[in-house]
Amino acid sequence: AALAGVVESPLSTDEDPNSFRQITTYNNFYEFGTGKEDPARFAGRLETSPWAITVDGACAKPGTLDAAALIADHRLEERIYRLRCVEAWSMVIPWVGIPLAAVLTPFEPTGSARYVAFETLEDPTQMPGQRSRVLDWPYREGLRLDEAMHPLTILAVGLYGRVLPNQNGAPVRLVVPWKYGFKSIKSIVRIRFTEEQPPTSWNMAQPSEYGFYANVNPTVDHPRWSQARERRIGEWGRRDTLMFNGYGEQVASLYSGMDLTTHF
Amino acid sequence: MARLTMARRSSRDRLWWWAVFVGCALPLAALGGWAATGDLGVNPIETIVRHLGDWALRLLVLTLALTPLRHLTGSTRPVRYRRMIGLWAFAYAVLHVTAYTVLDIGLHGPTLVDDLTQRPYIMVGMAALLLLIPLAATSTTGMIKRLGGRRWRRLHRLVYAAGLLGAGHYLLMVKADITQPMIYIALLGLLYGVRAGRWLAGRPV
Repeated sequence: AALAGVVESPLSTDEDPNSFRQITTYNNFYEFGTGKEDPARFAGRLETSPWAITVDGACAKPGTLDAAALIADHRLEERIYRLRCVEAWSMVIPWVGIPLAAVLTPFEPTGSARYVAFETLEDPTQMPGQRSRVLDWPYREGLRLDEAMHPLTILAVGLYGRVLPNQNGAPVRLVVPWKYGFKSIKSIVRIRFTEEQPPTSWNMAQPSEYGFYANVNPTVDHPRWSQARERRIGEWGRRDTLMFNGYGEQVASLYSGMDLTTHF
Repeated sequence: MARLTMARRSSRDRLWWWAVFVGCALPLAALGGWAATGDLGVNPIETIVRHLGDWALRLLVLTLALTPLRHLTGSTRPVRYRRMIGLWAFAYAVLHVTAYTVLDIGLHGPTLVDDLTQRPYIMVGMAALLLLIPLAATSTTGMIKRLGGRRWRRLHRLVYAAGLLGAGHYLLMVKADITQPMIYIALLGLLYGVRAGRWLAGRPV
């Protein structure tokens, strides 16, 4: 279904987006299987309506977000972002979304809230990939509060002007374009403000390979492969990977004074 | 290579030879077919590299299964095609590495040097290929004669290491779901176990 009233954003890239087919048939969404084509094949059984997201933790007004209400109550923006996967491929994706800050602020995070933790649905009947323990379910991700509140960070609810396909993380997913794709958690059912850095799935699985920050960084290699270059899906050659996935001007200040080799 | 002996073979043998040959060539033909019809998927280079690597490993494991198969069935037929299947495995391995260096990294020198010196899964995979080279080079009847059966057999024991390195290469590459590489490792474990059992029992391996 088409989404109404989507406005363009000055934060979009003018690069050519990947095709709808590329974006919806080449996915990492292990809840539906570890093959790239598994999510497109098996995500159809995920029931996305109704969908409630619990918001709690260090905030004055904990509560619940209804996905349909979230879409109805906010101005939807098209954000055409680069997405860089930790596996050294990339795409350009025309998301439709809402700035995460606009969603979180009404819950009034307290002064002690320093991080935001996210969780994906855990339900092996709808998500057959969860029957095998390739990751410690539910999928967990987290951001520092200032990263979560950054204008580039959105909750995506659509793609190409339409409702988000299940394999891309329907009904609501995170998109943090300067971080590797695995940070952009899909099908969110819980958001929690925390004082401590929350545990995150890939970091729990392989701490030496996936850090909490996971900022796109061509100078810090994954232990098993180089991050200096990437293949843009649809292209034959490789292109150089850009620091912070090309969003350095907007986000580098978030990390000033930090050693990005240790905080990878 | 088979021309020398082909004349004396029965038509049944000839049929088998072609069946095995075509069977080994099919995965390559399939790749060509997908390429021709634009059916290589969203990430064609990944599809090509993975497909070639998968078949190199599958055929390598198959060559290692032929002797146990002979012991199991009592038929010498399986081992008669070991050379051909082994050469096909080598061909797929060479194509796999070629696709990786040419198509995937685009012959980018710094990436190649980096990969060969710092990425364990690349180093292990490359070691597997290096071990296969002398085996392929000495696969002709003339080379077997020149080396002598005993030395030739000793040299060709390198295939056991190549199998493990190939499966290890796969294991080191995957991110989280190790099911597939573990299947190869389990198969190799089984095949090597059978050989070890026969060796301990003092029977020909």
